[in-house]
Amino acid sequence: MTARTPTQGMAALAARRFSRHRLAVASAGVLGVLALLSAAAPLIEAALGVDSQVVDLFGRFAPPSVAHPLGTDELGRDLLVRLLRGGRVSLLVGLTAALAAALIGTVVGLLAGYYGGRLDGLLMRFTDGVISLPLLPLLIVLAAVDLDKLGLPDALTASEDISLYRIVAIVAVVGWTTVARLVRGAALTLREREFVLAAHSQGASGLRVMAVHILPNLASPIVVATTLSVGNVILLESVLSFLGLGIQPPIPSWGNLLTNAQELIWTAPGLAFYPGVLIFVTVIAFNFLGDGLQDALDPRSPIR
Amino acid sequence: MSRYLALRVVQSALVLGVMSFVIYGLMGLMPGDPIDLMISADPKMTSEDAARLRALYGLDKPIVERYLNWLAAALGGDLGFSRLYARPVLEALAPALGNTLWLLGLSIALSLAIGLPSGMAAALRPYSRLDYTVNLIAFAGNSVPVFWLALLLIIVFAVVLGVLPAGGVGTVGEAGFGDAARYMVLPVATLTIASVGGHTRYMRAAMIEVLRQDYIRTARAKGAGPLRVVLRHALRNAMIPVVTIVALDFGYLFSGALITETIFAYPGMGKLIFDSIMGNDFNLALVALLFATTLTLAGNLLADLAYAWLDPRISYR
Repeated sequence: MTARTPTQGMAALAARRFSRHRLAVASAGVLGVLALLSAAAPLIEAALGVDSQVVDLFGRFAPPSVAHPLGTDELGRDLLVRLLRGGRVSLLVGLTAALAAALIGTVVGLLAGYYGGRLDGLLMRFTDGVISLPLLPLLIVLAAVDLDKLGLPDALTASEDISLYRIVAIVAVVGWTTVARLVRGAALTLREREFVLAAHSQGASGLRVMAVHILPNLASPIVVATTLSVGNVILLESVLSFLGLGIQPPIPSWGNLLTNAQELIWTAPGLAFYPGVLIFVTVIAFNFLGDGLQDALDPRSPIR
Repeated sequence: MSRYLALRVVQSALVLGVMSFVIYGLMGLMPGDPIDLMISADPKMTSEDAARLRALYGLDKPIVERYLNWLAAALGGDLGFSRLYARPVLEALAPALGNTLWLLGLSIALSLAIGLPSGMAAALRPYSRLDYTVNLIAFAGNSVPVFWLALLLIIVFAVVLGVLPAGGVGTVGEAGFGDAARYMVLPVATLTIASVGGHTRYMRAAMIEVLRQDYIRTARAKGAGPLRVVLRHALRNAMIPVVTIVALDFGYLFSGALITETIFAYPGMGKLIFDSIMGNDFNLALVALLFATTLTLAGNLLADLAYAWLDPRISYR
């Protein structure tokens, strides 16, 4: 064995630990395939010669065929490409909202943990308050708010993508608490360490210490918490869209593909199946992935 | 301890107070307003009439003043009138609350009865095939979208097999416990499946942590049998975090209940909240949301107290 720099050693060790977690590796693969297929939705549409938006009232509830590998829905639209289009939206919204929530959580946690004292007390009591709220009822209210009454510019509220921005915003507003608590706890101990003292004594500003010395040490818990939260965010997006409050048609998402499924449950129970399976598989994959990353990035966890 | 308790109660009351204002404000941002509803009900109404009504109900005043008026009335016992249910808000709320507590109570009890033993069994043999299987099932239960699970159960048991009703609380013209119970099966099953994974995983994690402790080794060294070690020495300590999390989970389960009740047309708090928001029933939505917030806050408070009470090592000054 040749000598390696410590960072390479750590990374190699983490990669080895991760590769032992077979479910996590498989999950990464599944997510990769789903993301690729969703990204390639326009190409697949072209290859099959179908369009996710074209309505064909004579071809409603068509069984699977060469032209429509999974059949058609209640308006005769191709189910497969609608699922893929929905995947683009659901995955993108899930990732964006989880990242936005992690960003808010990191900022709040860093400020509370690094400065401590009264600011810490204030921010953490606020966090406790947000945690103790009934999540879904609150999200439903936030999703039902009339944006015109908020005085937002018309160009924004009339935009077709407004339901995407809205869902990312409201999920981020309620979803940052886990990361904030984690970051705050770790920052509290890190700020007492010698290297932070050394940075201070060399005249580094608070902002610099937080960004350069504390934040990099928090990377792994933040990555793990964010990965685990993507699954939850996708669940929240899907349930809000299912209730008709999330992403609005004609933009398809896995959640709103299921909106009509309940009414059609007696005529076409199959329509309720595929979008749910995709949500389920994606969420469980993100949970396994997070679990695997947790094992891999924690230097104390044993190598199995 | 009593000082800590007092502090937590004050803090919860503060959160509730702030939330009552926030929710009140959010209600004002809902699409449509009460006067618009009256206008659509009466096409002969002029804009002067509308303005007069606005003034009559105090809707032309600034939001803080309106909120304080509402608060004063609410504290005096006047919570307003529900538009959807055509009766005072509390009368609409009470039966729904009872229904939800039934649904939640049954599901939590079932979920604990299944989850705790499975979690314990998995913890006793970590990384065994049994542990692996239990973990996989628990992860699946945690990741399944509740509304989809409900739809699947309806498809299997109501559409395909036709053995259970797809929603509602009773058959018209048929009363009795047996009939009502049939309508409870699918909602309870949905909520149980959705929460059992979490309970299993908490129990497993807590048990593994406790079994690592020195006092377990000591108990074994003193010759205590395996059953006695697990039940008397390990389980009691492992229950501390589990009890806390069950109490904390109350809010999470409440969210699950909202979806389940809406899909199965079960007349509980969750469906009432959803219907009142969708149906512009501002009075009812406001009070129901505050009720849900109070319940969740109480669950959190209870979790903290249970933690301190169960674990004598923790002292709150």
